[in-house]
Amino acid sequence: MTATAVVTGIGVVAPNGLGVEAYWSATLAGRGGLRRITRFDPTGYPVQVAGEVGDFVAAQRLPGRLIPQTDHWTHLGLTAAELALADAGVDPATVPEYELAVVTASSSGGTEFGQKEIEKLWSKGPVFVGAYQSIAWFYAATTGQISIRHGMRGPCGVICTEQAGGLDALGQARRMVRHGTRLAVTGGTDASVCPYGVVAQSATGLLSGRADPARAYLPFDADASGYVPGEGGAMLVVEDAAAALARGARTYGQVAGYAATFDPPPGSGREPGLRRAAELALADAGLPLDAVDVVFADAAGVPEADRHEAATIARLFAGRPVPVTAPKTMTGRLYAGGAALDVAAALLALRDQVVPPTVGVDRLAAGCELNLVRDRPRPARLGTALVLARGHGGFNAAAVITSAAPVITSAAPVITSATAVIAAADREERN
Amino acid sequence: MSGPRPVDGGRRSGDGRRVAVTGIGVVAPGGTGVKEFWTLLTSGQTATRPISLFDPTGFRSRIAAECDFDPAAAGLSPQEIRRMDRAAQFAVVSAREALTDSGLGDGDVPPERLGVSIGSAVGCTMGLEQEYVVLSDGGRHWRVDPRYAVPHLYGYMVPSTMACEVAWQAGAEGPVALISTGCTAGLDAVAHGCQLIWEGSADVVLAGATDAPISPITVACFDAIKATSPNNTDPAHASRPFDNRRDGFVLGEGSAVLVLEDYESANRRGVPVYAEIAGFANRSNAYHMTGLRPDGREMAEAIRHAMGWAGIAAEDIGYINAHGSGTRQNDRHETAAFKDSLGRHAYEVPVSSIKSMIGHSLGAIGAIEVAACALALENQVVPPTANLEVDDPECDLDYVPKVARAQEMDWVLSVGSGFGGFQSAMVLGRGRA
Repeated sequence: MTATAVVTGIGVVAPNGLGVEAYWSATLAGRGGLRRITRFDPTGYPVQVAGEVGDFVAAQRLPGRLIPQTDHWTHLGLTAAELALADAGVDPATVPEYELAVVTASSSGGTEFGQKEIEKLWSKGPVFVGAYQSIAWFYAATTGQISIRHGMRGPCGVICTEQAGGLDALGQARRMVRHGTRLAVTGGTDASVCPYGVVAQSATGLLSGRADPARAYLPFDADASGYVPGEGGAMLVVEDAAAALARGARTYGQVAGYAATFDPPPGSGREPGLRRAAELALADAGLPLDAVDVVFADAAGVPEADRHEAATIARLFAGRPVPVTAPKTMTGRLYAGGAALDVAAALLALRDQVVPPTVGVDRLAAGCELNLVRDRPRPARLGTALVLARGHGGFNAAAVITSAAPVITSAAPVITSATAVIAAADREERN
Repeated sequence: MSGPRPVDGGRRSGDGRRVAVTGIGVVAPGGTGVKEFWTLLTSGQTATRPISLFDPTGFRSRIAAECDFDPAAAGLSPQEIRRMDRAAQFAVVSAREALTDSGLGDGDVPPERLGVSIGSAVGCTMGLEQEYVVLSDGGRHWRVDPRYAVPHLYGYMVPSTMACEVAWQAGAEGPVALISTGCTAGLDAVAHGCQLIWEGSADVVLAGATDAPISPITVACFDAIKATSPNNTDPAHASRPFDNRRDGFVLGEGSAVLVLEDYESANRRGVPVYAEIAGFANRSNAYHMTGLRPDGREMAEAIRHAMGWAGIAAEDIGYINAHGSGTRQNDRHETAAFKDSLGRHAYEVPVSSIKSMIGHSLGAIGAIEVAACALALENQVVPPTANLEVDDPECDLDYVPKVARAQEMDWVLSVGSGFGGFQSAMVLGRGRA
């Protein structure tokens, strides 16, 4: 007996939209949220541009007492979790307390909060370190706060696999559902757009130093210069399919397959593990490669990593020009939140039968000749999405997301619905 | 669907994969290596002392259980030492010892079938703080100076680096993760490693945890909430779990990594099995980030679930390795949880806390305690609770005061409790290979 894990709720806190519909309409309209950093003055820094959740005001979203107790990263996580539960239309109090799980991904924890406290310690002395440092900075803060806020007493988890974390948390939530959890909140956020956070990220040499938000993050482009960091992410409500059906829940789709692999040690000359992650995730889903209708790429924006991913996709699909997209070009890379947001985008793509676009890419780099969906959303019959993610150091993860309903074999009504979505997005863009 | 549902993947379920511990590596206060670790635990001696890793003048708690760890002597190269935070160094050294101990050689496990699961509560906090001090010129500049960033700085910011280091060390290309559920991270990371074997994602997993939190910011943050013992005048007797004079935990550091292996393949290799990891569960109290309800109900639920997974009854438990941190509320909370989950048997089973000897190394301790449980099963000896002299009426179980005890046992329970409200429980069985 293996329970089926379905997604019934989505909560998004993204640089280009707060809330699932705001994010999705901006994404279909190609409207990005990258800008010159405003959380601090980036003059003289190696990074000038980031994806900031500009319209987020913690006081409008969270109880006042929680705000000083938690980092911005947890503010965003708590907000996304609340939005996801509301979207799922479920009151956790109606579910047995030990069958409610929380598992989140974090990449760097409460960096900004931690920086402030270390500054106090070193400039003023140990007695100036605040009582909340012990619960705000560490990587488990968001999972703990979500469980407390919503009375979720079942299994708990915190996964750190850098930018693969969103998928690994989703995989863990699916395990929990298979082990008797009825409902899990899962996903990830990150928010290290502070001086120390950005300087540390830049130390990898993988970030773009460009000042023009439109030209800073161009994955698969001949002009790629690295990536733009961002803050935010997404939380999902993952449920046991039978329980979701019993309460009459609306279902976005199913977490049909998942796998994680790790790259060989640096310098080994062996093939990295991304292709194997995708193959294992499809095998886990019991689906052939032919079933994949769209790929949400990791899209590093770093030329060598882009070429590797493009070659992986080409080899995986043996030349079939499967549509590939990277809506994260509109948000920047959100670390633990990035892959979680890609899963949200994949679920929405399946719902509306439309592939969201990659923006800003003009000319594909040599070796990156993908069927990249660019600038405008593309209506398509979508039943299965493959989401890829890589984390710094060698983490690879893949998830196979399938649509809730059987895909309609006749194209006509599908195109009509997708066309309506795009038209609405166009109208919004003009307004 | 209503009511409790059966758990799949467990020891008594159909698919039959079981997890054996075939290798152990430990870096702990009092000595590097399994042998020195077990000698300390069974001697009842303590490794708590005044902090020497930095000058603790001006701090409320100035004591800790430190590792006398020389990375070069432990076999790390100059570049590894420069690149890795102290916690990562602990993990890599532990992983090497565990691999050697397991007898697994190069090529014995296909890289794709080898996984890594490392727990840590605070990651590379020591490196992160030290570099911040440089970049901010002693905490003076909020806009830190990027020119002083070392190339591996980002590796300190993301704790996942430590799992990478262990994976590179072992040549693992299967699932690799860092688990960071605060002070239950060690138990949870070992459990995650078991899960990878139970579900068939890996055949061998290096699973454990590491923390090196004895740095100013971490000591200060526990000072701020008075969680750590201020008994600076008598550090050797400062960690006093279940003793009525207890006044907080003593911070520790260290690492343990286990080689977890599919039981059948361990049998085929004909190697000794320390123990089987047979059941696990974790629960959140959804109550408070640091506070614990006195009744211990969520920990009790985790214990019941872990025993159910292992397919054993309360009376089968021969020893409980307690969280036993030595804070007023923890020891009471945990005692209530044992009574709730084990009933009358709670009064009969020996319970001890090795934190009395090696302090509380946050996320690492859960894995160190699993190592202690495996060694307790192997040796049929229960390590004691050091410094336990004055009874607390609310802690009225058999806590094995001061002296190790020979004990016949087939099953042991290890529990953990941590910030965030997390409660974890693991059941280990005696190895029979």
